[in-house]
Amino acid sequence: MSLLTPNPGLIFWMLVVFLLVVFILAKFAWKPIIKGLKDRENEIQGALDLAERTRAEMIQLKSDNEKLIAEANAIRDQILRDAKDAADRTIHESKDKAVIEAQKIMENAREAIRNEQELAVSKIRKEVATLSLEIAEKVLKRELKDKEAQETLIAELASSARLN
Amino acid sequence: MYTHLRRFFTIALVASACVFNVPATADEPVQHEAEKAVQDINEKEHKIEHKLEESEAKFDIGEMIMHHIADSHEWEMTHGVVIPLPVILYSADRGIEVFSSSNFHNDHHEYNGYHLVHGDSEQVVPVDESRKIYDFSITKNVASMLLSAVILILVFTSIAGFYKNSKGKAPKGFQSAMEVIILFIRDDVVKPNVGPKYEKYLPYLLTLFFFILVNNILGLLPGSANLTGNIAVTLTLAVLTFIIVHLNANGNYYKHLVRPTGVPVPLLLIMIPVEIVGVFMKPFSLMVRLFANITAGHIILLSLFGLIFIFQSFMIAPVISLFALFLNFIEIMVAFIQAFIFTLLSSMYIGSAIEEHSHADHGH
Repeated sequence: MSLLTPNPGLIFWMLVVFLLVVFILAKFAWKPIIKGLKDRENEIQGALDLAERTRAEMIQLKSDNEKLIAEANAIRDQILRDAKDAADRTIHESKDKAVIEAQKIMENAREAIRNEQELAVSKIRKEVATLSLEIAEKVLKRELKDKEAQETLIAELASSARLN
Repeated sequence: MYTHLRRFFTIALVASACVFNVPATADEPVQHEAEKAVQDINEKEHKIEHKLEESEAKFDIGEMIMHHIADSHEWEMTHGVVIPLPVILYSADRGIEVFSSSNFHNDHHEYNGYHLVHGDSEQVVPVDESRKIYDFSITKNVASMLLSAVILILVFTSIAGFYKNSKGKAPKGFQSAMEVIILFIRDDVVKPNVGPKYEKYLPYLLTLFFFILVNNILGLLPGSANLTGNIAVTLTLAVLTFIIVHLNANGNYYKHLVRPTGVPVPLLLIMIPVEIVGVFMKPFSLMVRLFANITAGHIILLSLFGLIFIFQSFMIAPVISLFALFLNFIEIMVAFIQAFIFTLLSSMYIGSAIEEHSHADHGH
């Protein structure tokens, strides 16, 4: 039964060696190892937290950007609409103005044409009158040179007057 | 081992013969004949026993196993290759004496007034029996323990170097192999069982785990010592855990011992002794569990190898070798499991002693 009776010498050495191993390992091995493990865990946790934060920031930025783009789009649309309106208005106005102007010009032209016409007609009338007077004078002068010719003429005139 | 069996059968035979004899006492000649028959049987049994003892003298498996399991004053690597170890003795009259165990290699195993006794295990006893000596020899187990201590310190200080030198880098090689085990012990064994103040006990529990593990595995190597299967070693480890538990235990723990909550007063008469026995049963179970598991494993393996020498047949050797190989794998598993269980139970005992709140009733 020596198997079951602990040997005091072995207990002594076991205590000495085991406690020494515990102290040496605690000081020179477990302390740096556990510290290293903890540091790394903190680092990883920190990196994960940072990534999470960055992600949130990215999402925030993205939504901000989208908002900005939407605003810019709205403003652009507004500007475009305004510009189009302004252009339309200008075109419309100028068209109207041009039409009025044209009408005025036409009116003036018509007026001028009428005036000219009247003038020309009155001139022509006067001319025609003088011309016919001269012609009549000349004709009369020539016709009245001989008697016979005067008589035929009168007859002629009388006959034509009759016919009318 | 065989002798005992034979003796038992002989006694049984004789006893049965005697029982047979009883009704016949009235009949003189019949009784005489019966006595003769019994004597005959006895003689024959004696002869068989004698022959068996003779053949066993060649190879005694029990002695072989005990020799391998027990401690020794010299380290026998294999038959004939022996490293003598220092014998350190203390006695009141002679003080400390140190000499090599090879001095005992003479006809009487005697040196300088000391006698090396080979029994179940070796023992140095003074020739003068009135003297009292204390044996602090560097035995095979102590030498193996020192070797494991050196291995542990070298391995883990070099790993600690990795952590210091390559800070902020990914672990690699041996460091990551050990890191898995360290993290397992920390996160799955110590942290959940000890509780929030686990860091104080972590160095002890980590050392405990790796010390038991390394010695379990060293013990499996051929020619090595059976350190964790030695009751003195497991006793020391269990007592250290016991001391740590009871030095750090808080008031709740001690109050719970003498006044278990939720127990009616008359039952306290039974409960208090049970609780106090329980306090000592815990380290006792720690001690016996490790010792018995490792020793049993060694005995099984040695018995298997012993079978080869008993049968002395080339036919049986490969079969037994295969079986022994299988058992060796199981023993490697046991090496890990026992180290794990010792650490787990130690951390559970520490955890239950330093627990802050006393829970009202948890059923014991």
